Amino acid sequence: MTDMATNNDIVPPAKSSLLALDARTQRRNREESTFKALGLGAVGIGMLFLLILLTTIVSNGVGAFTQTFINVPVYLDPAKLDKKGERNLDDIKKVSTFGYSPLVLNGLLELVQENGIDTPFEKSKQMKSLVSASAAAKVRDYVIANPDQIGETVTFNLLAASRVDGYLKDRVKREDVARDKNISAEHLDLVDELVKAGIVKKGFNWSFITGADASESRAEQAGIGVAMMGSFFMMLVVLLLSLPIGVAASIYLEEFAPQNKFTDLIEVNISNLAAVPSIVFGILGLAVFIQFMHLPQSAPLVGGLVLTLMTLPTIIISTRAALKAVPSSIRQAALGVGASKMQSVFHHVLPLAMPGILTGTIIGLAQALGETAPLLLIGMVGYIASNPPDGIVSGFMDPNSAMPAQIYEWAKRADPAYYERAWGGIIILLLFLLTMNVIAVILRRRFERRW
Amino acid sequence: MFDTDNAKNTMTQTDIKFSAKNVQVFYGENHAIKDVNVELEDKTVTAFIGPSGCGKSTFLRCLNRMNDTIDICKVKGDILLDGEDIYDKRVDPVQLRAKVGMVFQKPNPFPKSIYDNVAYGPRIHGLARSKAELDEIVEKSLRGAAIWNEVKDRLDAPGTGLSGGQQQRLCIARAIATKPEVLLMDEPCSALDPIATAQVEELIDDLRKDFSVVIVTHSMQQAARVSQKTAFFHLGNLVEFGETPQIFTNPEDERTESYITGRIG
Repeated sequence: MTDMATNNDIVPPAKSSLLALDARTQRRNREESTFKALGLGAVGIGMLFLLILLTTIVSNGVGAFTQTFINVPVYLDPAKLDKKGERNLDDIKKVSTFGYSPLVLNGLLELVQENGIDTPFEKSKQMKSLVSASAAAKVRDYVIANPDQIGETVTFNLLAASRVDGYLKDRVKREDVARDKNISAEHLDLVDELVKAGIVKKGFNWSFITGADASESRAEQAGIGVAMMGSFFMMLVVLLLSLPIGVAASIYLEEFAPQNKFTDLIEVNISNLAAVPSIVFGILGLAVFIQFMHLPQSAPLVGGLVLTLMTLPTIIISTRAALKAVPSSIRQAALGVGASKMQSVFHHVLPLAMPGILTGTIIGLAQALGETAPLLLIGMVGYIASNPPDGIVSGFMDPNSAMPAQIYEWAKRADPAYYERAWGGIIILLLFLLTMNVIAVILRRRFERRW
Repeated sequence: MFDTDNAKNTMTQTDIKFSAKNVQVFYGENHAIKDVNVELEDKTVTAFIGPSGCGKSTFLRCLNRMNDTIDICKVKGDILLDGEDIYDKRVDPVQLRAKVGMVFQKPNPFPKSIYDNVAYGPRIHGLARSKAELDEIVEKSLRGAAIWNEVKDRLDAPGTGLSGGQQQRLCIARAIATKPEVLLMDEPCSALDPIATAQVEELIDDLRKDFSVVIVTHSMQQAARVSQKTAFFHLGNLVEFGETPQIFTNPEDERTESYITGRIG
C-alpha cells in the first residue's frame, strides 16, 4: 500500500498523454523490476549452490566406483596348500591366508621378471606393497571352492593396494611417498611399468556396491553393500509399521474422532512430534527397545522401530492432509445412498486420498533412510558390517549398519582412501533418495484424480 | 407471471409419507428451525421455498438425518416416516437413508465409472443377487433418470466426465437405484444451465409416479412448475404450506406474498 496517496496530495489531474509514462508509473515499474531481479537472484544463488554441491559430490565420489586391479597368475602350490596331498577339504581349510600370501607375491614377482621389467626388487616380499591384503583371502576362497585346481596356475584379478589405487587416481603423489611407510618411489616406478604392460588396470568396482565394509588397513576392499542391506531391513520395518499405524490413526482422527479438547491435544502433539530432533527418538529407542525390552543392539529391527517413531508424525500429517483434500461432497454422496461411515471412508475417501498418502509415506521413508543421528545411540554407527546377513531373521536381528552411518564411519577414518568412498556412498544414497522421490511424483501424477 | 398451468396439480393419493411435529433444530446456539409442523404426501412433489438461510435445506436434511454428520446440530420434536419416528434410538440412519434418497445441490458423482456410480447403492444394500440383476437395476435406474440413451454405450466411462446436467441426472439415477420411498432434492438445478434444468424438471415430474419427492429450490418459477404442494420458510419458521397454485396466486400470509412478489428475499 505504498502508493496510497494522502488526501492533501490529490490535485486535479493535468491533461496527460498515454504515450508518456508519468513519474508514479515509472516508480512502480522500477519497483517491480527490482523485485523481479531480486527473485531471480535468489533462485540463481540457490541453483548455483545446488550445482556446486552436485559437482563436488560427483567429482569426489565417482572415483569410488572404479578400482585398480592386478592380473596375477598364481601357482597353487600343492606343497604349501595341501601337504598330505589327499585333497581333503578339512586339511585345505587349515591353511590360513598367511599360507596363500607368498604364492600371490611369488606369482607377481615372476610376472614382473617374465615381462622383463627393470626393477630393484628381487624378493617376493617386496611386492607386498602392491597387492591388497584381501588378495590372499580371495585366492583361498577360490581354492576351497575348487580344490581340484590345486597344482594348477590360475590367473586372478586381484585388488591392488590402496596406495597403488591412489597413485593411479592422483590421490597419492610422488613427493608424498618419501614419508610413507607403505610404499616407495621404486614401487611407483614398477606400477608405471605394470600399467604399460597391461597388468595393472582400472575397472568398475562392483564390490563397492555389493561388498562389506573392511578394516582400516584395507580401504580398497570396503563396500557399502552390507550397510545397504541394513538400510533395506530397517526401511522394511518402518514401512510395515508406520504405514498401517499412521493411516489408521489419521483416518480415525480425520473421519471419526469427535472434535473436542482431547483430540485437539492429540493433534497439537502430533504436529510437535514432527519437529522433535531425531536424536531424541534415538535415546528413547535406546531406553525402551534395548534397555527395557532387551532387543539386540545394533540390529536393524531396533533401528527400524526408532525410525518408525520418527516417521509416524510425517505420515500422519500428510495422510490427514490427503484425507482433508477429498471434497466432502463425495462423503455426502456416499452417505446419501445409505453407505455407513466406514463404507464411505473405505470405498470412496481412502482410494481418492491414496496418492497423497503414498507420496507422504515415500517422503517419510526417504527421510528415515537418510537419518543418522538416532542410529548413533542404538549402536548402528561405528559397527563394522563385515558379513552380509544370511537370512531374513538375521537380516532383522544381526548387528548391521546403515548407509548414512557407513558414510559417517568412512568420513571419520584417517586414510584418505576412505574419503573417496564416503563421497561414493553419498552418491549411492542420493540415487536411492532420488529414485524414491521420482516414484512419489509418478504415483501422484498417475493416480491423482480430479473432480 | 408464474407458469402454474404447466404443473400437474392433480392429486393422485393423499397418503401421508412424512409427518413432522414441533420440529426444532439448533446449530449450537443458533435456533435454525422453529417449531415446524408439516405433513408431506406420498407420490407428490413438495417444494420448499424461501430466502437464503431460512432453514429449508436444514429441514430437508432432517428428513434423512444427514444433519447427524454435523456434531453441533441438535434436532428436537418428532419426524415420522410412515408413522415411525426416524429419530428413535433404534433407527439406524444408514437404513433410513436407503429409504430416503438424496440428490445434492452440486452434482457429485463418484470418480468411478457410470455403471459403478449407479451400482454402488444396490451393491452395499445387497439388492442384486447376480450380475444380470445388477445390470437390470442399473439400466432401469438410468432409464428412470432419463439418461440411459445418452450413456448406454459408455457405461465404463467415468461419471465425472459427463456434462453438468448429465452428472446431476446420473446422481438421480444413483439415488433411485436403491429403490427409495422418498427422494430429497437440495436445489438440484442450481448448478445447471436452463436446458439441463428443463430436463431435470421433466424428470422430477416423472419420478412422482413412484416416489414422494421433496425439492428445495431458490427458483419460485421452478417450484410453481414442478410441485403440487409448496412450503414457504422464513427465518426458520414454516410460514405457509398448501397447494402450489394457492400459494402462488392467493397466499394467506403477507410474508409469503412479499416473497413471491419479490419484496423480500
